Amino acid sequence: MSIAATGKSPFAVPNPSSPASSPRPRGPGRRGVFDAAIVRPAVVSALMKLHPRVQARNPVMFVVWVVSVLTTGLAAAGLAGRGEVGGYSPGLVLVIALWLWFTVLFANFAEAMAEGRGKAQAASLRRSKREVVAKRVEARPGPAGATDVKSLRPARVSASELRRGDVVLVEAGDIIPGDGEVVEGIASVNESAVTGESAPVIRESGGDRSSVTGGTQVLSDWILVRIGSNPGETFLDRMIAMVEGAKRQKTPNEIALDILLAKLTIIFLLACATLLPYSIYAVGSAGAGGGGAAPITVTVLAALLVCLIPTTIGGLLSAIRIAGMDRLVQANVIATSGRAVEAAGDVDVLLLDKTGTITLGNRQAARFIPVDGATVEELADAAQLASLADETPEGRSIVVLAKRHGLRERDMHALGFDGRPASFIPFSANTRMSGVDLPDAPAHPGGRQIRKGSADAVEAYVARMGGRASEQARAVVADVSTRGSTPLVVADGKGRTLGVIELKDIVKGGIAERFAELRRMGIRTVMITGDNPVTAAAIAAEAGVDDFLAQATPEKKLELIRQHQRGGRLVAMTGDGTNDAPALAQADVAVAMNSGTQAAKEAGNMVDLDSNPTKLIEIVRIGKQLLITRGSLTTFSIANDVAKYFAIIPAAFAATYPALDALNIMRLNPSTAILSSVIFNALIIVALIPLALRGVAYRPVEASKLLLHNLVVYGAGGLIVPFIGIKAIDMVINGLRLV
Amino acid sequence: MTVNAVVQLALFLGVLLAAVKPLGWYMARVLEGGPGAAPLGLGRVLGPAEPVIYRLCGVRPGGDGKPEEMGWKAYAVGILLFNAAGFIAVYGLQRLQHVLPGNPAGLGPVEAGSAFNTAVSFVSNTNWQGYGGEVTMSYLTQMMGLGVQNFVSAATGIAVLAALVRGLGRREAHGIGNCWADLTRVTLYILVPLSAVLAVGLVSQGVVQTMRGPAEAVLTAPLAGADGKAVAAQVIPLGPAASQIAIKQLGTNGGGFFNVNSAHPLENPTAISNFLEVLAILLIPAGLCWTFGEMVKDRRQGWAVLAAMVVIFVPLLAATVGLEQAGNPGVGALGVDLAASAAQPGGNMEGKEARFGVVNSALWATATTAASNGSVNSMHDSFTPLGGLIPMWLMQLGEVVFGGVGSGLYGMLMFVIVAVFIAGLMVGRTPEYLGKKIEPFEMKMAAIAVLVPCAVVLTGTAIAVLTPAARATVSNPGPHGFSQVLYAFSSAGNNNGSAFAGLGANTPFYNVALGLAMWLSRFWIIVPVLAAAGSLAVKKSAPVTSGTLPTHGPVFVGMLVAVVIVVGALTFVPALALGPVVEHLQLMGR
Repeated sequence: MSIAATGKSPFAVPNPSSPASSPRPRGPGRRGVFDAAIVRPAVVSALMKLHPRVQARNPVMFVVWVVSVLTTGLAAAGLAGRGEVGGYSPGLVLVIALWLWFTVLFANFAEAMAEGRGKAQAASLRRSKREVVAKRVEARPGPAGATDVKSLRPARVSASELRRGDVVLVEAGDIIPGDGEVVEGIASVNESAVTGESAPVIRESGGDRSSVTGGTQVLSDWILVRIGSNPGETFLDRMIAMVEGAKRQKTPNEIALDILLAKLTIIFLLACATLLPYSIYAVGSAGAGGGGAAPITVTVLAALLVCLIPTTIGGLLSAIRIAGMDRLVQANVIATSGRAVEAAGDVDVLLLDKTGTITLGNRQAARFIPVDGATVEELADAAQLASLADETPEGRSIVVLAKRHGLRERDMHALGFDGRPASFIPFSANTRMSGVDLPDAPAHPGGRQIRKGSADAVEAYVARMGGRASEQARAVVADVSTRGSTPLVVADGKGRTLGVIELKDIVKGGIAERFAELRRMGIRTVMITGDNPVTAAAIAAEAGVDDFLAQATPEKKLELIRQHQRGGRLVAMTGDGTNDAPALAQADVAVAMNSGTQAAKEAGNMVDLDSNPTKLIEIVRIGKQLLITRGSLTTFSIANDVAKYFAIIPAAFAATYPALDALNIMRLNPSTAILSSVIFNALIIVALIPLALRGVAYRPVEASKLLLHNLVVYGAGGLIVPFIGIKAIDMVINGLRLV
Repeated sequence: MTVNAVVQLALFLGVLLAAVKPLGWYMARVLEGGPGAAPLGLGRVLGPAEPVIYRLCGVRPGGDGKPEEMGWKAYAVGILLFNAAGFIAVYGLQRLQHVLPGNPAGLGPVEAGSAFNTAVSFVSNTNWQGYGGEVTMSYLTQMMGLGVQNFVSAATGIAVLAALVRGLGRREAHGIGNCWADLTRVTLYILVPLSAVLAVGLVSQGVVQTMRGPAEAVLTAPLAGADGKAVAAQVIPLGPAASQIAIKQLGTNGGGFFNVNSAHPLENPTAISNFLEVLAILLIPAGLCWTFGEMVKDRRQGWAVLAAMVVIFVPLLAATVGLEQAGNPGVGALGVDLAASAAQPGGNMEGKEARFGVVNSALWATATTAASNGSVNSMHDSFTPLGGLIPMWLMQLGEVVFGGVGSGLYGMLMFVIVAVFIAGLMVGRTPEYLGKKIEPFEMKMAAIAVLVPCAVVLTGTAIAVLTPAARATVSNPGPHGFSQVLYAFSSAGNNNGSAFAGLGANTPFYNVALGLAMWLSRFWIIVPVLAAAGSLAVKKSAPVTSGTLPTHGPVFVGMLVAVVIVVGALTFVPALALGPVVEHLQLMGR
């Protein structure tokens, strides 16, 4: 947020008190996990994904695919009367082969489900991207306010023909044809198509409210927009591409996990493949009690292999990734890459602008403190006069406060006398003062000058006017500052200091709790403000941030980020102003507000469509959830293998070594134990689809507590669940005499 | 377990853990010091030799007076060349020993296959022995070939570990140390002084140390020999044993001077010599954990890894002792009293020395397989099925529970990378260890390091059981025969070196197959470990926040233990089920 900004759009003030609550439903709304509209196409898509080229992308599932083909071949050979020696009946081999295929299909289905949810999202976005006719104007508009809208002769072109740099006229009722910047005019715009927020927002040239998004609609007035992107590069396009393209790019974390899963797959491949020679040796030398048994069959080895390799996580991996991106889009955030989302989970330091994020956008006048013998009424009167033309929220709050001191509102135009109007001096960054010069009148002969502004600026003014600096005012100023408030000093043209107006920053409700939550996540918060260090410290203490940067300039911000990064920390920040752009570009996770300038949006790697600065907490949560879901399901998948060994090993070697039946602790039927394991292995994928799509819950607690919790739930759970599941399936198969 | 057993094991563990800190501190000083600098005055005594060695070897000094820093590739090339030279030397010595001096017994050249196997075995710190030392190797071969490798193969392990630890500890650095300096300093200041002390201790107990030829003892009553003639005298092989035994124990080498290793009365005569030798097995691997914590400036990390090792070791040790003490039910069924009493050790005494009994034999078997030492004071082949399963499985875990000197800890740190990765995901952060982010490259290297031994053991055993020549030398039929082959490849494939004695391994098949297994699992772990070290060294180090997963707490130690056990169990359960497990079940069911 720019330091100079005094406020945001009066229309669409984000609701900061409930930013972590679920985002509003948008487009098709929030869907249940198994929505028929998504399930049906997903079933078709699951079949289409059986193509080996699709499967080869995922090493674990590719192994299952190859094994399924092999087992189907064995079943066919069996049906043709050439089955394996000592093997199962061809019918049973066929059933095993079918369930192996189901394993692949269920994994495909999970991915298709996640994609389907994303596609539904993209489709609703695309609906808002209808073909728009743009009014292109040739002439470069003149200085502000100079263009007569009626004199423009716009050429009507299709929005898709617009190129970067074109200027278009958008009038009330028109759809804005593309992303860009307002170069002239002011209009209220309905941005609900992208933000879901139905209240209109103000867009005007200059400053930080100049950015407009294609597909939104102008409700009143007109604006000239310079188009900032070529066709196919607009936000809507990027959003659609992100939703649809989530399956393509893998993050470094995913690649590392892929390597781990591939390693486990190779280990199990070796463990199963070498079992055949071991079994041949065992049969040949069993001697004691192994009479005439045949070695282990390839069917059993194939089933064992598929049960052991991490199919649960392997099958759900891409669904987890796509669902994570989907959750982000549902939170109304566009990310340029999945990497940025995962980086959000690693953030160590969060830079937050004070104004609008930590405090309500505006400071408010809270008290008049007269000095040097002036009365409160005197000060209130002068302050009111000096603020009449001040349209800033601070200015208005001074008038409001003066009213409480019994002063009526005055008409600005009535202040003139004898045809000479009062002249108002607007605030400028150079003088850091504003005020009013009243003409010579009976009430105040010789005219009257009133100035209000920062302490040192007014002190200098007083000295210029031949007055003496007020010691009392200095003391009051210092006192006000230590309270975290902003002092404005009021003086008149006679060099007399009247007193101090205390402007108070109002810290948002509930913000301290959010920072405490961030701290538990391991994230330090740093408040960025243009205020002096004393004021900043007071507000920082009240809001509960860990640190602050006072009197911030863009350079200082950039340096702060670099300094943290040199220490190995990952820095996140939010921003919306053009002067935030360098810092946004430097930060590891940079969330630009959609209400911000084009430059800010280009510099960041995420855009929050709700323009809610505390959205970062939500993004961090989504990033962490992505990783936690992967880690937990990996643990679950590996822990499952223990039970599968107990199910399969005794059954596979029952003929060679009857003594091994002691390991059959589930008391499974040896002829169906392997089938039961394969069925469990396939069904567990389906059972976990909702978890993969929803994500494992993230709780902001200490890391080792979180690890312990997830280890108990997914590690110990993964040990126990398959014992129950396989036994139950075996009982059903035998109870119904299915085989 | 008997009270006697508990007291002995507690004493052993107590002395071992008490030694961790002083020895770990000392080794850290050695690994971080400059030329000629070593604590405890050893720098003054041995230090002058160091610059001389560097000058002879052409090691260039770097900017800070220490030898020039190397990147991981240069370091790896140095280590590989050094080991290749060692291989050639050991092979040559064996093949030419009949024309070289130091051969009072007049032994002939070692057969080519056996010489290859032995050379790989000693260079790779495995010390698998397909031969009987006293009847095969001349004194010169023992001392200049095997003895030297006992030192430098151990030094290689510690050097590689030092490089990995530097990679973890340094920030945005390109060097991971100088391999020549590490090899020199480790040998000069750690292995030589410790061995000298231990050798003197062993000699005091009666371990032989002489250059004389074999002694002859006149029998009090003549015996009838195999050929029916009367034998009046016994030939007792002697030699410079104590000096070799000290380093074979300390350097997790395990290659005995005599064929029966530390079961031999001249190699391990008394209870005290036994205690010293078994302590020496785990001494350096345990101490290095502290060295690691010291070098990365976070001692808790060293304790955490040591804790994980102890947590795996102690229950397995107790189980082995318990299983051996329980004995063989088949023997019990014959009416033999298996209970321990003041008059007898009870339990399974087959293949065990009476002077060590059940407890010290089981302790040694567990320690020697937990560490990749491989020396024995009893015959593991004669253990009960499950009592023999535990030593075999400790090797199959990848020799990371203490493990070889250096190699055990760097292997464990590879498991730490895997554990940190899964744990990191589960707390929602890109996994990091000691502030270093674990990325695909480290994961790949850790995967190779964990995968290679598993693959070597499984496929080696598979090939052997399908090869008639390999099957022919198995002494027992059925599951026990399978266990013998599986044990041999588990031992060679994890650089342990101990054997299930029933297998006749001095055959062309086993000499070549086990030689390859030893070579693969030594160097195909060293190279990825050094690559990971190089990659970690250049990374920034992320500061610790409350979102960082602490890798020194009990939760992470538990996680690490689980990863080691689960990977080891899931890989070898089918094979173990067909060997010791079924043998045990058959024994119980009889």
